[in-house]
Amino acid sequence: MNILVSIKQVPDTTNIRINPETGTLVREGVPSIINPYDASALALASKLKRRYGAKITVITMGPPQAEAALKEAVEYGADRIILLSDRKFAGADTLATSYTLAETIKYLAGEAPFDLLLFGKQAIDGDTAQVGPGVARRLGVPLITYVVKVEKLDTETREIVVHRKTERGIEILKAPLPVLITCDREVGEPPFSPLSELIRAAKSKPEVFSAENPVPLERAKLGLKGSPTRVHRVFTPELKSPGERIFVSEAGVSTVVEKIITALKEKGVL
Amino acid sequence: MKPKVWVFVEQEEGKAHPVSWELLGKARELAEALSGEVEALVLGQGVELIAKEAITYGAERVYMIDDPVLEYYRNETYAHGVIKLCEKYRPEILLLGATTMGRDLAGSIATALETGLTADVTGLEIDPETKNLIMTRPAFGGNIMASILCPDHRPQMSTVRPRTFPLPEKDETRQGEIVREDLGLSENEVKVKRVGFIPKEKTVNLEYADVVVSGGRGLGGPEGFKLLRELAELLDGEVGASRAVVDAGWIDYEYQVGQTGKTVRPRVYIACGISGAIQHRVGMQNSDLIIAVNTDPEAPIFRIADLGIVGDLYEVLPELIEAIKKEKSYEQ
Repeated sequence: MNILVSIKQVPDTTNIRINPETGTLVREGVPSIINPYDASALALASKLKRRYGAKITVITMGPPQAEAALKEAVEYGADRIILLSDRKFAGADTLATSYTLAETIKYLAGEAPFDLLLFGKQAIDGDTAQVGPGVARRLGVPLITYVVKVEKLDTETREIVVHRKTERGIEILKAPLPVLITCDREVGEPPFSPLSELIRAAKSKPEVFSAENPVPLERAKLGLKGSPTRVHRVFTPELKSPGERIFVSEAGVSTVVEKIITALKEKGVL
Repeated sequence: MKPKVWVFVEQEEGKAHPVSWELLGKARELAEALSGEVEALVLGQGVELIAKEAITYGAERVYMIDDPVLEYYRNETYAHGVIKLCEKYRPEILLLGATTMGRDLAGSIATALETGLTADVTGLEIDPETKNLIMTRPAFGGNIMASILCPDHRPQMSTVRPRTFPLPEKDETRQGEIVREDLGLSENEVKVKRVGFIPKEKTVNLEYADVVVSGGRGLGGPEGFKLLRELAELLDGEVGASRAVVDAGWIDYEYQVGQTGKTVRPRVYIACGISGAIQHRVGMQNSDLIIAVNTDPEAPIFRIADLGIVGDLYEVLPELIEAIKKEKSYEQ
């Protein structure tokens, strides 16, 4: 089995603050993490590796600091880690990102084809959920999004059965390998890595791919240049003007309850 | 030729998702600004009634692919159909619901057409000068808003969450044209097969609830949701939650309201023990009436609450529940 996992290093958005005077993001001191859904994809890869034996290749596109995310991926059992890092990749939207990742995957598959391509269902910094589907389309492999469980993987018949979560329930889908899966958090728990793995992770160093080497990429399809979308304007959201405020300690519970009852009646829900 | 504003109509088992009609309402405004036409795409098996319904919600023309291969949603088959239609008719704008289906589909279509796609858009308008679509969405967990353009590629694509835009009025007298199209794909060419389906025991209809009673960290623990559930049930509403308590495992993700959860616009939203981080607010600020209960007078939720109650929810809610029960007993 040959598994590819694509991950993204993201700022921990739960820690992001806005500078109230300038309205801009305060990035200092915001820790970077592996996007949690990508961590689930890594956990799934790790589980499959322990069960069926597999070689795991992990790629990420990002600045040189994204190396930290790849080293952490080694704790999950990654055998090969690759950092796609080049100034020419900067400003890429999802279309340019999926191009860069797909071309790299095609190159790597030239050495040994992948049976399974795993992505997180979305990244918590952008929440677009577009890169996985985009890469699947470019590679021409079937896509299954929002997977919560791998029920069966038959390495003989080369078929996979997965559970996909929708608003209405769980779809059970069967697909031939190779397939690209985007993972929800339930798909796998991070493994308890043995000390040897942690040491291996600490010592690991990713291979760094640029826009030319070893995969010659089309300049016009990269980064900002290759991105059809443009950020036109960034602003802090407007707040509507606040309404009435009552302190229970001053007004008393029964007055407060009366107020709520009146409001509920006015809106016709009571 | 008039520019076409397209809406993908999402349907499952002969039932359309209301987000499709919400999008047709917005598409009408955009088409007017462009002097263009509103058109809908309906794919599925036995979907003629849905195509007709799309007309009543404002589609002037419906492109319909009715084929047994489209019996249930699959990325492969639906993307194939939509891409084919886009290549044939070249729409100016294509809108999809930011649902599981819409998001799955949109990324595939945009890549195949090599165009831009903006996810989870909260605002759509036409730039009066350039006639480009201005797509506004929250970024960085809702901490900032960004407006996005796709100036040189078509169609300009967006996904929009349910309840972002109001439902337009249905007009049964409206006339429109249904254009039948072929899928051009047979079942044996399709790789992914559905071999089973486990329906949800109880579907949470949070997005379309008239009343949402939401809980945050101020509940103190998962058992606090019992009280919220009681209140919600008395008001025929649903329970919601902040991201913090979902992450803490107090309640399921499907109850989460906010940037990474659901967008709601109920008649009444009752926020209990929720501080109101911006990522939560973007998912509920369009509620008609917001009532907030929180011990912290500085909680950001009070900045948008119509009725802000500074106090302990465990003091207020039990009395409120009793008072509602009393009200209800008078009615009978």
